[in-house]
Amino acid sequence: MGPQVIGLEITELRLGLPGGGDSGERRVKKRVISEGGQEVDVVVGWPPVGLYRKNVVAKLYVKVSMDGVPILRKVDISCFKGYSELGMGLEKLFDCYGIGQAMEEDNGSCEYTTIYEDKDGDWMLVGDVPWLMFVETCKRLRIKRR
Amino acid sequence: MTYSFPEEVLEHVFSFLTSQNDRNAASLVCRTWYEMERWCRKRIFVGNCYAVNPRVLIRRFPEVKAVELKGKPHFADFNLVPEGWGGFVYPWIVEFARVYPWLEEIRLKRMVVTDECLEIVSKAFRNFKVLILSSCEGFSTDGLAAVAANCRNLRVLDLRECEVEELSGHWLSHFPDSFTSLESLNIACLSLEVSFSALERLVSRSPNLKTLRLNRTVPLEKISKLLQRAPQLADFGTGAYSAEIRPDVYSSLQEAFSGCKKLKSLSGFWDVVPAYLPAVFSVCSQLTYLNLSYATTQSPDLIKVISQCHNLQRLVVLDYIEDMGLDTVAVTCKDLRELVVFPSDPFVADANVLLTEEGLVSVSQGCSKLQSVLYFCRQMSNSALISISKNRPNLTCFRLCILEPRAPDYLTFEPLDVGFGSIVENCKELTRLSMSGLLTDRVFEYIGKHAKKLDMLSVAFAGDSDLGLHHVLSGCESLRKLEIRDCPFGDKALLANASKLLTMRSLWMSSCFVSFGACKLLGQKMPGLNVEVIDERENLNLLPENAPVEKVYIYRTVSGQRLDMPDFVRIMGKDKNGVYNLSLCDKGL
Repeated sequence: MGPQVIGLEITELRLGLPGGGDSGERRVKKRVISEGGQEVDVVVGWPPVGLYRKNVVAKLYVKVSMDGVPILRKVDISCFKGYSELGMGLEKLFDCYGIGQAMEEDNGSCEYTTIYEDKDGDWMLVGDVPWLMFVETCKRLRIKRR
Repeated sequence: MTYSFPEEVLEHVFSFLTSQNDRNAASLVCRTWYEMERWCRKRIFVGNCYAVNPRVLIRRFPEVKAVELKGKPHFADFNLVPEGWGGFVYPWIVEFARVYPWLEEIRLKRMVVTDECLEIVSKAFRNFKVLILSSCEGFSTDGLAAVAANCRNLRVLDLRECEVEELSGHWLSHFPDSFTSLESLNIACLSLEVSFSALERLVSRSPNLKTLRLNRTVPLEKISKLLQRAPQLADFGTGAYSAEIRPDVYSSLQEAFSGCKKLKSLSGFWDVVPAYLPAVFSVCSQLTYLNLSYATTQSPDLIKVISQCHNLQRLVVLDYIEDMGLDTVAVTCKDLRELVVFPSDPFVADANVLLTEEGLVSVSQGCSKLQSVLYFCRQMSNSALISISKNRPNLTCFRLCILEPRAPDYLTFEPLDVGFGSIVENCKELTRLSMSGLLTDRVFEYIGKHAKKLDMLSVAFAGDSDLGLHHVLSGCESLRKLEIRDCPFGDKALLANASKLLTMRSLWMSSCFVSFGACKLLGQKMPGLNVEVIDERENLNLLPENAPVEKVYIYRTVSGQRLDMPDFVRIMGKDKNGVYNLSLCDKGL
């Protein structure tokens, strides 16, 4: 059997209804790893920002310490979309399950609780304020044993 | 009766013709004028390096002092042109070295420049003055070292967004101590540290230095020293704009900036520490150009700077500026001609900033001189586009990128046809347009009908059928560059408008429905065009004629087949020789 025939219709000059279009399937996508370690679909060459622009992405690296772990880590909190993703990211970083769940439930079931130092220098519980506000005010993170 | 002006008179008259188009027109009047003009043309612009070959150029113009060449198609900026496609400047440099020993200026855009090329340039042209490389690649810091060491009369070394293989930062030290003619140095795209003392000495012995754009590695604490040595600077680009907050560093920086009475352009600002931004306040009111597009700092800090820039004409900024910041621009920057807003986080669907269509509408209302817009955002509406077009009928360049492909009007969920239609209808002087969002064939109908001065059009994920492409090719009288990706345009419109392609510089179509068969037919019927099929798939020869090609790049040419194609580029419809008839080359370029 010959090679795979590429499905297409020779487009006729048609005056169809506006809207819609079926070239969606031919969009060339590739999966890339974003800064946060997640895989995202991107269309090649879209959006049309030059290569130099691509590197200017918001980076809000904050230090993360975990009780009992001598070496601190740094994480770019701007690449997470919300608290659950932050939780998963921290779990991956420290190879410790349960941090994320504790963030959401906060019912004492987890051994750890996550706190952050805000712009005023106060230590606050992660999860109280809206996510974007958190991203702006968080200066460092700490995963504390209860 | 024959008479003619004495040659000296003709030459003198022609010296007032600076635009290449005017010179081309003059050269078509008669043989005498053609001959006269070609001997005194000093500046050459070749918009597509494959439209003509070096031999033809040199044969016609023997006394050239300045050359500008462009190579890869524009979509190469977005990774759509595979590596190795072409745009090699080497054959040109070799010919120039042979025939133009007095060449002074070379400007290249999207070309492959090797170290060998730079070495030839540095040695072959005694009076070489200007080297501007824009989005070029293929050379290393060794090539730069050769230029530094050998170009005794160099005035301009301008590397704009080039990909340079950086072997060391020592190249800058190759400028000899006797070298004092530097007027412009732009190394912003380099990532390796250059010797600061070499830089400082270079700046100190360059009294004519007007432009200095540093790279990221030059620390903030050292900028004051440089500015003190060059208070005559008109255009300055900082390095990383961050340091520990120290009052002594701040005050010397502030003092250094305020000493620059002629400073009109400011850029750089990587890694901004907001506390240091007020150091530039003293020059803000002088600025006509401000580029904060690497400043990842939030809107309030940006506003503090911009609100003092009353004379700003061009602003480049990240979407951190937000709608609120653009309101400030609208109120403050009454002389604004150009606005560019880049996305800070282009690959994330959800908005990380409060920048919407409203910011652009606001600027279009407040800035009556606004002519040129490049705007990335996440939502748009027809009503906003209509407002913009009515506010600013004087727009000449409108490039809008809504990040999500095929995004409709976010208020009505309709296509944005009517909005862009309003742009082309009201902005009668529009020469460049880039569209995005949900668009049907209708928008192309509007464009074909109204956009009579449109020179360049960029289209992505738009249209329903060949009719869309047909509207543009048949209606846009001034169209010279058309680039299309991911649109359902196929063979019919292309073949029906084949002769239009001879009036254009180039047409790019990728991920569309143009077939091999159509490309071959077009190439056969139109000897004046190169129909390049760019396709990296392996079994191309086994695919049927009606299979669509990955990418096709069509351009007019008098130089026939390229001889430097990689295996994934095929010029369709030409025989093996494919060299075009040279006698037709005497037409105006």
